[in-house]
Amino acid sequence: MALPERQTDIGPPKYDAYLPPVIKENYGKWKYHEVLTPGTMVHVAEGGDKIYTVRAASPRILSTESIREICDLSEKYCDGYLRFTTRNNIEFLVSDKGKIDPLLAELKERKYTVGGIGPRISNVIHTQGWVHCHSACTDASGIVKAMMDELYEYFTTKELPNKVRLAVACCVNMCGAVHCSDIAVVAVHRKAPTIDDANVGKMCEIPTTVGSCPTSAIRPNPKDKTVVINEEKCMYCGNCFTVCPPIDIHRPEDDGVAIVVGGKISSLRTDPKFSKLAIPFLFNEPPRWPKVVDAIKNILETYAKHARKHERVGEWIERIGWESFFKLTGIEFTYQHIDDFTFMRDTLRTSAAFKF
Amino acid sequence: MGKYETPMLDELEKGPWPSFVTELKKATKVSPMADDELGQLEKSFQTKRGYWKHGGIVGVLGYGGGVIGRYSSIPDEFPGVAHFHTVRINQTSGFFYTAEALRMICDIWDKYGSGLTNMHGSTGDLVLLGTTTENLEAIFAEYSSRGWDLGSSGSAMRTPSCCVGMGRCEWACIDTMDFTYHITQHFQDEMHRPAYPYKFKIKTAGCACDCVAAIARADLSIIGTWKDKIRIDQAEVKNYADKGMDIQGEIIDLCPTECMVYDGGEIKINDVECNRCMHCIAKMTKALRPGLDKGATILVGAKAPIVVGSLLSWVLIPFIKMDPPYEEITEKIEAIIEWWDDTAKPRERIGELIEVKGMRPLLEAADIPPVPQQVKEPRKDPFFFWAESDFDK
Repeated sequence: MALPERQTDIGPPKYDAYLPPVIKENYGKWKYHEVLTPGTMVHVAEGGDKIYTVRAASPRILSTESIREICDLSEKYCDGYLRFTTRNNIEFLVSDKGKIDPLLAELKERKYTVGGIGPRISNVIHTQGWVHCHSACTDASGIVKAMMDELYEYFTTKELPNKVRLAVACCVNMCGAVHCSDIAVVAVHRKAPTIDDANVGKMCEIPTTVGSCPTSAIRPNPKDKTVVINEEKCMYCGNCFTVCPPIDIHRPEDDGVAIVVGGKISSLRTDPKFSKLAIPFLFNEPPRWPKVVDAIKNILETYAKHARKHERVGEWIERIGWESFFKLTGIEFTYQHIDDFTFMRDTLRTSAAFKF
Repeated sequence: MGKYETPMLDELEKGPWPSFVTELKKATKVSPMADDELGQLEKSFQTKRGYWKHGGIVGVLGYGGGVIGRYSSIPDEFPGVAHFHTVRINQTSGFFYTAEALRMICDIWDKYGSGLTNMHGSTGDLVLLGTTTENLEAIFAEYSSRGWDLGSSGSAMRTPSCCVGMGRCEWACIDTMDFTYHITQHFQDEMHRPAYPYKFKIKTAGCACDCVAAIARADLSIIGTWKDKIRIDQAEVKNYADKGMDIQGEIIDLCPTECMVYDGGEIKINDVECNRCMHCIAKMTKALRPGLDKGATILVGAKAPIVVGSLLSWVLIPFIKMDPPYEEITEKIEAIIEWWDDTAKPRERIGELIEVKGMRPLLEAADIPPVPQQVKEPRKDPFFFWAESDFDK
């Protein structure tokens, strides 16, 4: 069958073709919004028009069958209009208030997870993991599923002092905002890579490979058309593997995940912050990563118990001090927590005032 | 039961949170590729390692990006995913869709691919997961003839993305969706034909809440703000108090600049001292609103940890107007990118380049004056450069 004629460099369709009429009419004229329930909110325009949003979680990986079901629901209740959020939630855009309850009832019947609005956990930003990535050293979707089954009520109902943004990255490339999340999981290696010398010469550009190392641990071995790694300098980032596949960083029995905490991206109250190391290593334990899930729940619930209203995880920790964070959570402090890389100068303590 | 036994993955169909495993199983009804994806993933769960090779060079004629080659490292065992390439479709601004459009996207994908998607990928694209090399041209023809283009990949302008902005948010100080559409169209060539030293991401957020994580995830972060006074509806302030809000404790005491007072009746703000952090506005949505002299702060440099540590974007232009046709901001972005493109080594992000060269060359190249808003504090060391041009002043 003949294919239709291709077009190039047309860019995406213009957004206005996909806006519900009430949004088109009130574009840029919204006055305020109110969170009605953990999964619903209303935005009110200057002239009084309203748009209701019903938010449901998606597992980020969606089959076309599920997308069609979402389409059917949007046609039944929202004249076919919907959107996704930057955190992979589905948002049904309801113009007719009377359709909210029937929509919520059908979502409940079909076992959708409605929530994520306000001071609670929203959906989890995560990466591809073993599902589809060459450099993954854990499975992101698997950890997210295990974690959110356990923290489910913090999405659907329970309140926290403020929003808690969770993320999972399946390697230190971090294709997501793990480095600025309230609580995040990042997969790490712990041993220097092995080198398949015979293939390095065939498959890799030596200067690029040498240049890929942040600690200058790689030097060329021109005689054998390969490279040599100084294992004492290697910090196991895997960037050499990315540019040179015969350098294999994967060691399933030694790989696992670290947990980082206290990041944020908004400027509310305090500046955006990087996440910092809480737990340097936990083993991969598929399919449910029980120790990872327990560790996250412990941090979350310690925060929920001790933080003041409106404090994000990072703001709470800065107020009480990191020494208190480790004490309250019972997390062991190790050599790995003390930065010996680019941020060392900024992170060592230069004051005699601290807590025991 | 499917083609393979998947006891570990089956475990992840239990529990209340939506299951990606259920999605993978649904896709097996569309394509046998999804069976082998499930089989290989079960093997990963059993052995704790992935089985994907590095991306190969695949794509569509005339484009150098938008498709990421993905091949199984054990194709004899899982032939259905021997090729399992990713196709990035440029999402709409603000991720708005109609059922009709999404069904069209699904119909084409079912015909040529695995039936699996990501709604959406980390950069923002609508991601189609898993197809073969021979289907790529057909996929591109089907989508582009219906008005949908590929996103980008590799050392290119990456698909710009934004928050919902004026579409459904009262805090949007700039039209994030329209600007993102504009800048995406402006950089079509740079998106589809990778010719930069490395990737370059632009994200646009309507206010300092930054729902698109621009400040953490974009080489060029555009964040809406205002210069005049926060608008106050004192009647609504009273309503919040009447409903029991502790205005002193939750709003006034948490203001980082201590620029607000509350006398039990009205809120007064010393706007000169306000740093526009959004806390009070976000907590009193009916009483407080951003001002009316709106524009954006432009920041530069954010990236994830590879190679020598994460960066958050640094302030470059404290305030710039963002009204159509966006001439000034577009010129500035072009100048910033040109400096990086001309100066950077291969695989060097703009934040890393600034760390090597300092901020001055970029400021000069883009004709941006040095201002205190660019720094948290002036330098602490006594080592600084002088240029000949400094002596003429």
